[in-house]
Amino acid sequence: MSDTTHDGALATSKPPSADEGLSPAELAKKYGLSVSGARPSLPEYVRQLWGRRHFILAFSRAKLVAQYSQAKLGQVWQVATPLLNAVVYWLIFGLILGAGREMPEGVYVPFLMMGIFVFTFTQSSLMAGVRAISGNLGLVRALHFPRASLPISFSLQQLQQLLYSMVVVFIIAVSFGNYPKLSWLLVIPTLALQFVFNTGLAMIFARLGSKTPDLAQLMPFVMRTWMYASGVMFPIAAYLKDQPAWISDVLLWNPVAIYMDLIRFALIDDYAASNLPPHVWAFAVGWAVVIGLGGFVYFWKAEERYGRG
Amino acid sequence: MADNTEGRVPTVIADDVHIVYRVNAGGGGKGSATAALSKIIRRKGDAPGVRRVHAVRGVSFTAYRGEAIGLIGSNGSGKSTLLRAIAGLLPCESGKVYTDGQPSLLGVNAALMNDLTGERNVMLGGLAMGMSREQIRERYQDIVDFSGINEKGDFISLPMRTYSSGMAARLRFSIAAAKDHDVLMIDEALATGDRKFQIRSEERIRELRKKAGTVFLVSHSNSSIRDTCDRVLWLEKGELLMDGPTEEVVSAYEKETGGH
Repeated sequence: MSDTTHDGALATSKPPSADEGLSPAELAKKYGLSVSGARPSLPEYVRQLWGRRHFILAFSRAKLVAQYSQAKLGQVWQVATPLLNAVVYWLIFGLILGAGREMPEGVYVPFLMMGIFVFTFTQSSLMAGVRAISGNLGLVRALHFPRASLPISFSLQQLQQLLYSMVVVFIIAVSFGNYPKLSWLLVIPTLALQFVFNTGLAMIFARLGSKTPDLAQLMPFVMRTWMYASGVMFPIAAYLKDQPAWISDVLLWNPVAIYMDLIRFALIDDYAASNLPPHVWAFAVGWAVVIGLGGFVYFWKAEERYGRG
Repeated sequence: MADNTEGRVPTVIADDVHIVYRVNAGGGGKGSATAALSKIIRRKGDAPGVRRVHAVRGVSFTAYRGEAIGLIGSNGSGKSTLLRAIAGLLPCESGKVYTDGQPSLLGVNAALMNDLTGERNVMLGGLAMGMSREQIRERYQDIVDFSGINEKGDFISLPMRTYSSGMAARLRFSIAAAKDHDVLMIDEALATGDRKFQIRSEERIRELRKKAGTVFLVSHSNSSIRDTCDRVLWLEKGELLMDGPTEEVVSAYEKETGGH
């Protein structure tokens, strides 16, 4: 038995060739081999992702369908879940706590629903992001694909989920006397910007969560604090009118509050532009670009390290 | 084999590869919350509660085009881990793996979802392996026929959780084997199912081998290693114990393990 731990050369007993004496790195260079699992350049990464667009879409749809496939009512839950959620919040904040006493009932109910659905969109994208890598290690360790496919796919799943919720929102808006008009179209750019923001957020937390899976335990508390600070169930400006103005400005400029208020402004007739903070569209675009692009680059920087257990 | 000296083109070069798993050993050691807390406070070196498992220790070899290489060794000797590192799926702690093209592991289990129909899983699995939608549509019928899922009625349109374990394994193998690969890696125990299906899948693996540049096979069956490989790497405790022609290494391995 021969010991070949060092280079494996004597066992194969091949005749001396031009390659003899080359170091592995030199040999690899001579034959144009590349380092396995190395991180591609940013443009190359974008190109690979684009090549995987069908996988990303199919994966998000599959997740969405699989979610309720065991339930008897099946896909009805796509609409029923957000609706029941909204009813619970309305019972507690609308009826019992009277958080909407500053506005007419016809405004408060759609105000609350839109707040909840828009906030849930960001919240569930972030939570899915935390587990995008750490919850799919099997997939990451078995197959090759740009890892950003996972957080993007999960936010896409949430976007499709939100579109179901939007059906509920439209019905509620109409039943409280807000009929479709041109301003409803503002929903499209708003949700598009929020989707970019969410995806960036999901990628940031996918990287953090791949290192520290504990975030999945911690984030629900952070998210709940964020929800109460974003004016989901009450109008921020009206509640904080006795406090220094900068507090309500800061709260109103937080990304979720901005997307929430833009949706409300687009769909509710009596929700006037005076409820929006100044430069609202600039902030809506700014948050999407900064978090969307920043999150993507941040995620890409650790591409080759995902999957280490 | 006359132009052996100049004609040997390397496809995979492993240069002193080390792989370390970090395990969050939450339940290990003293499991109480206070013990975990005090561990966090007295942290040194690695992150708290993390144990390091050194799975592969300094493995180097060069694989050439046209070779079929078997990996043998006892359970937990680092065979599957090494394959994953070659495929670029597990990052190396130190050392490097150079490859020609994109090596791929034969297997799609992780991408499939039990709640989806077989039909959708064929699509999803194919896309996950990097096939285009057209390629999948082209091969869809072949995949279904090969799996034999529809031999007992229209099962492909039912969710995968309704399949028997054998049927699910057959569909998984059929999807995985639908793609051609440059450098192909096959982990053992892929060919499950009844005898008829085993013969069919062995044939398919042989076909895939012909198309692939280099094949790696992990197996505990010495006879299937002898049948398919012309070179064998013997790993033990993460170290490369032996590297050479199949007969030489397998006999040494059998002597060591008391096989026959």
